[in-house]
Amino acid sequence: MLSVKNLHARVADKEILKGIDLEVKAGEVHAIMGPNGSGKSTLASVLAGNEKYTVTEGEVLFEGRNLLELPVEERARMGLFLGFQYPVEIPGVTMANFMKMAVGEIRKYRGEEPLTAAEFLRMMREKCAIVELDTRMTSRAVNEGFSGGEKKKNEIFQMAMLEPKLAILDETDSGLDIDALRIVATGVTKLRTPENATVVITHYQRLLDYIVPDYVHVLYKGRIIYSGDKTLALKLEKEGYDWLINDYKE
Amino acid sequence: MDKKEADIIGEIESQEYKYGFTSDIETETIPRGLSEDVVRLISRKKGEPDWLLEMRLKAYRHWLTMEMPTWAHLDIPEIDFQNIIYYASPRKRPQVDSLDDIDPELKRTFDKLGIPLEEQMALSGVAVDAVMDSVSIKTTFKDVLAEKGIIFCSMSEAVRDYPDLVRKYLGSVVSYADNFYAALNTAVFSDGSFCYIPKGVRCPMELSTYFRINAAGTGQFERTLIVADEGAYVSYLEGCTAPRRDENQLHAAVVEIVVLRDAEVKYSTVQNWYPGDKDGKGGIYNFVTKRGVCHENARLSWTQVETGSAITWKYPSCVLLGDNSVGEFYSVAMTNNFQQADTGTKMIHIGSNTRSRIVSKGISAGRSQNSYRGMVKVARGAANVRNYSQCDSLLIGDRCGAHTFPVIDSRNASAVVEHEATTSKISEEQLFYCNQRGLSTEDAVGLIVNGYAREVLNKLPMEFAVEAQKLLALNLEGTVG
Repeated sequence: MLSVKNLHARVADKEILKGIDLEVKAGEVHAIMGPNGSGKSTLASVLAGNEKYTVTEGEVLFEGRNLLELPVEERARMGLFLGFQYPVEIPGVTMANFMKMAVGEIRKYRGEEPLTAAEFLRMMREKCAIVELDTRMTSRAVNEGFSGGEKKKNEIFQMAMLEPKLAILDETDSGLDIDALRIVATGVTKLRTPENATVVITHYQRLLDYIVPDYVHVLYKGRIIYSGDKTLALKLEKEGYDWLINDYKE
Repeated sequence: MDKKEADIIGEIESQEYKYGFTSDIETETIPRGLSEDVVRLISRKKGEPDWLLEMRLKAYRHWLTMEMPTWAHLDIPEIDFQNIIYYASPRKRPQVDSLDDIDPELKRTFDKLGIPLEEQMALSGVAVDAVMDSVSIKTTFKDVLAEKGIIFCSMSEAVRDYPDLVRKYLGSVVSYADNFYAALNTAVFSDGSFCYIPKGVRCPMELSTYFRINAAGTGQFERTLIVADEGAYVSYLEGCTAPRRDENQLHAAVVEIVVLRDAEVKYSTVQNWYPGDKDGKGGIYNFVTKRGVCHENARLSWTQVETGSAITWKYPSCVLLGDNSVGEFYSVAMTNNFQQADTGTKMIHIGSNTRSRIVSKGISAGRSQNSYRGMVKVARGAANVRNYSQCDSLLIGDRCGAHTFPVIDSRNASAVVEHEATTSKISEEQLFYCNQRGLSTEDAVGLIVNGYAREVLNKLPMEFAVEAQKLLALNLEGTVG
């Protein structure tokens, strides 16, 4: 589904990704871990197409297409979803209206008929339930005045609405209390199917208690320096990164 | 400015004006220029009574002593008032009772504009008075309204059929001596709408006037007078479009509203006059005086969405004369390319316990200049006045300007006057977020702008809100980065 080869990217003059290789197949869950500043969020942004970053080398195939030459919205319509670490506020635009447009665009891209108002409302109700959000949230402005927990639940709600093939969740667990974490993580698990895949970017192992990964990668200084299965996350939790990154220190 | 933003702005600037067609309708015009003779000619053509001619002449003579105001933050090119045609009307006089009798070309024009002069009006429940060039074409629903004693007709008809009412109120809110353009309007106004809601009557439908400038070289000077008698209620809508022309055309209207005791008037405008092309050529000069007087416990609410015109000079105001009266002003003004807008309101608190609220949302793109100018005045004898003003500016690109000129003049210590202002830009983060959810940048900008203007758009009647929303998005269409 996703194939990243030797991906290099920089922001301004600073190279942040220095040759990433990553293969994600349908049905898989990958966790990307690593200390602060290792390039985790940059990887997510580059895959989604954020123009703040310039790709200098490498190749990314998504569903067989060259992802890097597609505009952000087309990547989204193809089924690439980014759960934001810091979701932005859009004053005056209700979540319902926002989702109506987004779902409409994605359905159009897939060649599906637009939903009727009733179908859409039912869908919003169902998807709200997945992350235990009150449906009244949908008449509020996008992320405006949302608590930290609400913002993260709202990201997963949007993921549920858009039914992506590949969801990249950027530090979806940061700033969540233990209950919100459970709700968000359980929500993600409920959305798992054999056809879709999830890349979870996280600092902490605790998220992976709920979202059990098939692979765990350690990103350090712009490279994936180590990959393993879910036991790697536990080991990192206990022992930290030092045993891994010592070899890479300058 | 980064590349994406530059592209967005480039796209915005390349927008075409959708209402820029002209209609091939035979027009009767008088020669260019203004003189006492022209004033008399207009009055004669309309078969007016002497008192009105006298008023026009007084206004004309006063106008001669006046100069164009220059205090606004506007760069107004020299206007040759002798090079304007002051009267133009479709030649086939549309004194018609049935829609079938209207000039088919004219009907097509209004169809193109999406003005439902047809039977569907009954369903949407809006009574329309359409003013093409200088003459009122058709007022729908007159009979339904008549049952309630509501008068809704063209100004010419009102002068003929209800001279006492017109004489009592015309010029009572905006005197001919008020300002340069009001004087000009009083001298040469050729038509407009008149509306009277009798005591205690709640107008059962929205009343709407649609203004269209069609003939070349003409100015449009319409005059609107609305009187809500004691305890009455009416919601009034006004829409405006014009064809694309290389020359500038002058629109100098006057709207007067009298809101008597316990009455309420809502006046909504969606102004979409031709704004000129992307190089700033052509477009309407929109110099308009709008004012209402509120008597005891009365309420007047102005809502405007201003997207058109090359230059806008407009300050819909409320004179809160009676105790406990309320004035409101909700405005979205969008400028693009080389458009200039200087718009805002005056809230004049004379009665005690009067309240006013101002919400102004400016949106500037291209090389446009967008100014909010407001005055909140509290008279010495006005106790316990409250005002709240909020002025927000949204900038798109870095070549446009947003300015705020608020004036507060309070003579009474018991007044509470608040003013808040913000300036913001559409952020890259917002656009990226929308793009990541599958929205094109163009749709995202439209969505964000509409969200920003939501508070004002919500004040519009439903059908108008939808139109206004489309209009805002349309004016920013093609913003793909």
